[in-house]
Amino acid sequence: MSESTPAPRESEGAALTPDVVRHLAELARIGLTEDEIVKLTGELGIILASIDKVSEVATADVPGTSHPIPLINVYRDDVPGPTLTTAEALAGAPDHDGSRFRVTAILGEEQ
Amino acid sequence: MAAPTNATGTAGALNTFTAAELAQKLDSGEVSSVEVTQAHLDRIAAVDGGVHAFLHLNDKALETAASVDAKRKAGEKLGLLAGVPIAIKDVLCTLGMPSTAGSRILEGWVPPYDATVVARLRAANLVLLGKTNMDEFAMGSSTEFSAYGATHNPWDLDRIPGGSGGGSAAAVAAFEAPIALGSDTGGSIRQPAAVTGSVGVKPTYGGVSRYGAIALASSLDQVGPVSRTVLDAALVHDIIGGHDPRDSTSLTDTWPSFADAARAGALQENLKGLRIGVVKELDAPGFQAGVSQRFHETLAILEGAGAEIVEVSAPNFDYAVAAYYLILPAEASSNLAKFDSVRFGLRVNPVGGGTVEDVMSATREAGFGPEVKRRIILGTYALSAGYYDAYYGSAQKVRTLIQRDFAAAFAQADVLVSPAAPTTAFRLGEKVEDPLAMYLNDVTTIPANLAGIPGMSLPMGLAPEDGLPTGIQIMAPARADDRLYKLGATLERLLVDKWGHTLLSQAPALT
Repeated sequence: MSESTPAPRESEGAALTPDVVRHLAELARIGLTEDEIVKLTGELGIILASIDKVSEVATADVPGTSHPIPLINVYRDDVPGPTLTTAEALAGAPDHDGSRFRVTAILGEEQ
Repeated sequence: MAAPTNATGTAGALNTFTAAELAQKLDSGEVSSVEVTQAHLDRIAAVDGGVHAFLHLNDKALETAASVDAKRKAGEKLGLLAGVPIAIKDVLCTLGMPSTAGSRILEGWVPPYDATVVARLRAANLVLLGKTNMDEFAMGSSTEFSAYGATHNPWDLDRIPGGSGGGSAAAVAAFEAPIALGSDTGGSIRQPAAVTGSVGVKPTYGGVSRYGAIALASSLDQVGPVSRTVLDAALVHDIIGGHDPRDSTSLTDTWPSFADAARAGALQENLKGLRIGVVKELDAPGFQAGVSQRFHETLAILEGAGAEIVEVSAPNFDYAVAAYYLILPAEASSNLAKFDSVRFGLRVNPVGGGTVEDVMSATREAGFGPEVKRRIILGTYALSAGYYDAYYGSAQKVRTLIQRDFAAAFAQADVLVSPAAPTTAFRLGEKVEDPLAMYLNDVTTIPANLAGIPGMSLPMGLAPEDGLPTGIQIMAPARADDRLYKLGATLERLLVDKWGHTLLSQAPALT
């Protein structure tokens, strides 16, 4: 929610453009080829046109439901319990140094 | 119920019995768990090359079976299903076995803990046979979106077994496992059950722990049983259900025995006093003719048994699929952000290196299949500023309207029924390039997920035009899962009496 899509339009649910799909893929950290972007633009446009109709009945007087059976304030006692060992936590990692996950450089060279 | 005597399995072969029957044979000492487990492993070896229900077999299965036999011999008090084999959908975390959720991004990943439902099965001394195939991250209605190849429907290997839990349903329908676990976000237990002639139950949301279930859409996901009989589903539900402090959406209710409900249902003489609501919007003219025909025949049977059939209307169900395909991608895009190439799974380093963001993009490009990419991008769009209110916000309002429709319907009826799927199994490849057509196949099952209520799919006969299984869906108010088992067992008995055999005894032999 913190990052917005480019050029929001006045009418909702109109066809997507390849530029919007490219930007969304960047936000979602998914590399896509140009062919995939074109294909997805068409497919998502069709899907959006069909799901756009939710706005027909979603009037201002209807509250939203985020959760089918809401539970409030689910707490537990703050007592120590079993946790994963470091070795267990690291066992499935693509790369680690024995005690920590090893991650690719977070900052680019220019930074 | 007698074991099938046709070609489906050798008459009396141990893989042809229900879990309840096997439990009785194990308890009496007539057979050992090693023998029962071996019979299922043999069946898997014989037919899974064609069905492809399993992604991974548990190499410790016979060892576990032997230890259960030893405990029984030593006089230890064991659970009802101790020694009975069960298959596990690959969306559930299992210690010692890979858990991939059908995705390349988790290929070979072995979780450091068991899902609560898996831990409960182990504690009850069931034997885990292996992990079953599914659409990648449970996104799909056919298993064709599994990164490891599709599962084939045991009734016709050229057709889909449903999805996303097609592996679990096919394993049970092909007599490779008597029972299995599935997960149901928009119908992933019930639609595969319908198209394979098996039984599948989506419990009340919060009735079964989601801890250790790789999340698709957290406000919709629910783990449940897959089986060949209503009683078997109930027996599994009794083991896996109940409060789990590790899942903050888990209900603290005390649940009745669902197996008792199923047994009572199988014995009840008639359905006098029961009001069964037929949801007008889910009995649509666009459904396959043979599905509608069997559904109306089944309604006549229920009415003949004394039930009162009432028509109910749920007008907002017409918006359910649209709301679902906004809420699900939104939640999925958030849940799948954890696959970032840091803590588990695949890491792809782009040629020439790059920042961590480049690595994430390359990893997710290589690790996710087309449907997952489609839904993550759709969800990212639905949640983005400028569109949030119109899409995600509106979908949440539709969810309220659907809950209200259910509340009004349940004021008129004790349970609701509909076809569990609008068609029989379609052909592999038929809808894989048409996402919208695939989505519409979930029209009958999605409303229950949006409202959090329980639903069951039960076989209601073969469609005349193609000879493939059809399923009836029974829905009950939240927390009234016992009604599904009671009515389901009664209807199952009425149908088997009418047919003179179980539906699955008519399935092809496969060998």
